[in-house]
Amino acid sequence: MRLAGRLGGAALSLVMVAVLGFFLFRVVPGDPVVSMTRGRPTTAAMQAELRAQFGLDRPLLSQFWGYFTSLLQGDLGTSFTFRRPVADVILERLGPTLLLVGTSTLIAVGLGLWLGVRAAWRRDSAFDKATTGVALTLWAVPTFWLGMLLMMVTGDLFPSRGMRDTDTAPDFVSQALDVGHHLVLPSITLVAVVCAEYMLVMRSSLLEEMHAPYLTTARAKGLRDDLVRRRHAVPNAVLPAITLVFLRFGLVVAGAITTETVFSWPGLGLLFYDALTGPDYFLLQGLLVCTAGAVVVMNLLAELLYGVLDPRVKVV
Amino acid sequence: MSRFNAARGLSRASGGISTFLSHRAGVAGAAILVVAALVAVIAPLLIPADALDVTRVTAAPWQAPGVEYWLGTDHTGRSVALLVVQGAGTSLFVGLTAALLAVGIGTLVGIVSGHFGGLVAGALLRVTDFFLVLPALVLAIALSTVLPRGLGTIVLAIGLTSWPSTARMVRAQTLTIEARPFVERARALGGGHGHVIGRHVLPSVVPLVLVNATLAVATAIVAESTLAFLGLGDPTRISWGAMLHQAQLHGAVPQRAWWFLLPPGVAIVVVVLAFTLVGRALEAVVTPKR
Repeated sequence: MRLAGRLGGAALSLVMVAVLGFFLFRVVPGDPVVSMTRGRPTTAAMQAELRAQFGLDRPLLSQFWGYFTSLLQGDLGTSFTFRRPVADVILERLGPTLLLVGTSTLIAVGLGLWLGVRAAWRRDSAFDKATTGVALTLWAVPTFWLGMLLMMVTGDLFPSRGMRDTDTAPDFVSQALDVGHHLVLPSITLVAVVCAEYMLVMRSSLLEEMHAPYLTTARAKGLRDDLVRRRHAVPNAVLPAITLVFLRFGLVVAGAITTETVFSWPGLGLLFYDALTGPDYFLLQGLLVCTAGAVVVMNLLAELLYGVLDPRVKVV
Repeated sequence: MSRFNAARGLSRASGGISTFLSHRAGVAGAAILVVAALVAVIAPLLIPADALDVTRVTAAPWQAPGVEYWLGTDHTGRSVALLVVQGAGTSLFVGLTAALLAVGIGTLVGIVSGHFGGLVAGALLRVTDFFLVLPALVLAIALSTVLPRGLGTIVLAIGLTSWPSTARMVRAQTLTIEARPFVERARALGGGHGHVIGRHVLPSVVPLVLVNATLAVATAIVAESTLAFLGLGDPTRISWGAMLHQAQLHGAVPQRAWWFLLPPGVAIVVVVLAFTLVGRALEAVVTPKR
């Protein structure tokens, strides 16, 4: 029953995402078609076509119904700048973003958890103070600025624009090496942003376990210090940090927008930037609905996963 | 009775101040904020308008730091040092007002959904959880894209998207307080909604809200700089994020113009860190370790 409730809640959230996407573009003051075509040569016929596409000539309820039914069929409208279906444009850019976000999340989780465990185990040591200080500072650093700094400091060491060079040999190994070379700076930027939070959560989560009676028992059995940590304390403390990977998916998405913009990484984040500079409202609406939908699904996964990992929390 | 309360309040306040003072990082943060606020208020009075007018500056563009311009000049020949000082006002103003808006909405939603049960509370909770999950920055970007450019839009975009965490926390605190016997007593004596909220719930919520607001300012300043960097800021105003937008647009990185890139970024980091440290010190005051 709880499972059905969770699924129902997520479904309701998805509907709310759709409603949000619809109304966001109804708060545009004035005529959205005019603001979208500002500074571009457009004929009256093109404007009328755009208006029909928005459904601006119909009553609000019928507009919403049209939007909602096409959304269910995967139709997100046509992009004004790309002159192609929004869904196709988004799918095309999904790969590079998954590569960047996936690599960065894996590194950030590994590094963050390791640092968090080390910091908490030796609380108030120099290492603990240093890592907590660095984490707080990183939290205050705007992502895009960090990216620009890295670019300037490394100079010509790493490519700073795009995902691959045009003159790379077409075989798989050289292509993979080239993409990897391009991936270095953007992923460092994204890791720096997300890692700090994993580290702080892992640290506080382990600190809560530090005085648990079962650790005293483990020590009384004569276990070595790092065995107590690895086998007893960490497995219990790691749960909140693991679900955080899914819960903080939105943070990664937001970080990806600025990172991809700084490094011209051809993914969804850069597409977001293209959509807002247009402005291309259909593209922006599609991106908003897709990312928000993905975040809702990730959140549901986090709740379900927690129930599996920690039997004390009954979800199913 | 009232004299007793006043005395207790005084001793609590002085205890709080001494707890805050024992957090050295928090004191340092507070000192930085005082300096930043003074700079933001005084700077516009001291800087001649000519110095920041692109059409009237006389210095060469992209000048490295030197005797005359000790932080160099930007792509139009304006002094980077003056731009950073001038930008403090915008960043602080947006940070404070957006945080105030977010915390205000959050407090209202939190108290209403915590105090009044039933359908309204359920719906509010549902909406809060929904917005809590969504990435605030993405929503803020979408909002400031569709609204006309300006300072008000930035404040709205950040404020309207970052209230849910405050609402969650205030709701939890409201529920905790209302379960206490003295609130039940107040109700039994005939205290209405206004009395319970005003005399019991609000006073217990305010300290937490204050901590939340301080941390919210830090988040809002980073959000402002991000929106400005993406070109969504007020084009008529100088802010740290807008400076970095210009730096990116005019190729400060390939030109190795570090003096145009470092100062605004460092300013953001220092002020945001200061708000974070003050917030953490306040948190220690409000929730003493048991």
